Amino acid sequence: MASAMSLPIEARGLTVRLGGHAALDAVDLRLEGVAPVAVLGANGAGKSVLLRTLHGLLAPSEGAVLWSGSRARPRDQAMVFQRPVLLRRSTLANVEYALAVNGVAGNERRSRAKDALARVGLEALASRPARVLSGGEQQRLALARAWALRPRVIFLDEPTASLDPAAAAEVERIIGEIRAAGTSLVFTTHHLGFARRIASEIVFLHQGRITEKTTAETFFKSPRSAEAAAFLRGELPWQPSHDS
Amino acid sequence: MCLRGPRGDNRPMIDFLASFELAFQLISGGDAELWRIVTLSIEVSLASAFIACTLGLPFGAFVAVQDFPGRRVVTVVLNALFGLPSVVVGLVVYLLLSRAGPLGSLGILFTPKAIIAAQAILVLPIVAALARQFVEDAWREYREQLTSLGVSAARAVPTLLWDLRYSLLTVVLAGVGRSASEVGAVMIVGGNVDGVTRVMTTAIALETSKGNLPLALGLGFILLGMVLALNAAAYAVREWSAKRHG
Repeated sequence: MASAMSLPIEARGLTVRLGGHAALDAVDLRLEGVAPVAVLGANGAGKSVLLRTLHGLLAPSEGAVLWSGSRARPRDQAMVFQRPVLLRRSTLANVEYALAVNGVAGNERRSRAKDALARVGLEALASRPARVLSGGEQQRLALARAWALRPRVIFLDEPTASLDPAAAAEVERIIGEIRAAGTSLVFTTHHLGFARRIASEIVFLHQGRITEKTTAETFFKSPRSAEAAAFLRGELPWQPSHDS
Repeated sequence: MCLRGPRGDNRPMIDFLASFELAFQLISGGDAELWRIVTLSIEVSLASAFIACTLGLPFGAFVAVQDFPGRRVVTVVLNALFGLPSVVVGLVVYLLLSRAGPLGSLGILFTPKAIIAAQAILVLPIVAALARQFVEDAWREYREQLTSLGVSAARAVPTLLWDLRYSLLTVVLAGVGRSASEVGAVMIVGGNVDGVTRVMTTAIALETSKGNLPLALGLGFILLGMVLALNAAAYAVREWSAKRHG
């Protein structure tokens, strides 16, 4: 098993072409970790592609992603998708499967999986088939599965999208706890209230390019790029309804 | 082969009714010979489908998830073998197993083992091609998540086969069904030896050629009933599992 470390993550001249179109265009980015980073931008700006490439799921068309200076994809990172894919097994078995794949021995597996479920409030549903859980419960299970692996970085792609306010609030509480436990977070979201509460750094993407990388405070008070300013003007009126 | 029934040509409806009655009588009468034919049919169908699935399901899944040179060729060949002519398979297996053939020393020609071998060869590409299709469709959904978790393609094969177990039941059934309904290869390598290699399909072919259409049709009804029962059971399992596992 690779012992390579994920942090710092560095994108150098990163271009990703999907179907002839440059979803990411010569992106340079360095993430040191720990400070939670929100990747913001309009639909199609390249947020999800950036996350997937930094996680090592998509190969760069040009340029490179380096994890602590190496091109080898490290194992100490995890990702939570907008729509988690759960296996047709019990809730507990889904977490245990991820641990087994990552070489955690049988006796330790069960206790770590149960612990992770307890942290997301799913211990009572441990034996329930994962695919019949509600949307919010599925997302919490996906968080537990990622967290159980004890990664240094967790990527989250729209973790609260398509969840009702109560479920989104619960997911946000868990993400806050993961952050408090010292795990680095890189996430995309359209919920600016969520980004504001969780992130301390903002990466703003516009048409596949980073136009701004600043602290969250600066970004929301006085964005420097015209694109970010326009984005915030357009998005902010909706903020109260996203706030939960 | 001449298909000539004693009364069949002019009054087909009566033949159907008579056959249905005959099928019922055969079953309720517990006819020993019929019983032997039915059990042998079930045995060789299940055995050949089991062999074909054991090899074909993992192979199909592997082709679906693993990129390798020639993958497209393998896919096209698998799909083409779907329609493998059974008499050709029968002939090839016959040549292999015949006394002068390379596997002649096994001495299994005209035994149920030869039937199982021929049926397994026929069913294998069907199971593999269908499994490849099912797994490839699912792989589109699972790929990112499993790759993210650190699952290799080799590890993904058993994971996906298990996760798709209820859908793949349909594939297994298709295999059993093809085995049970096979006649061309079975006739050639089994020889339709009374009491040894006579199965439902070859018995039906024989009775038809003898002009004993009611008996042939009666056997046909029993075969159809077996296949229907099998499919109904599989359907029930799928329904139940969909409710339970989502």
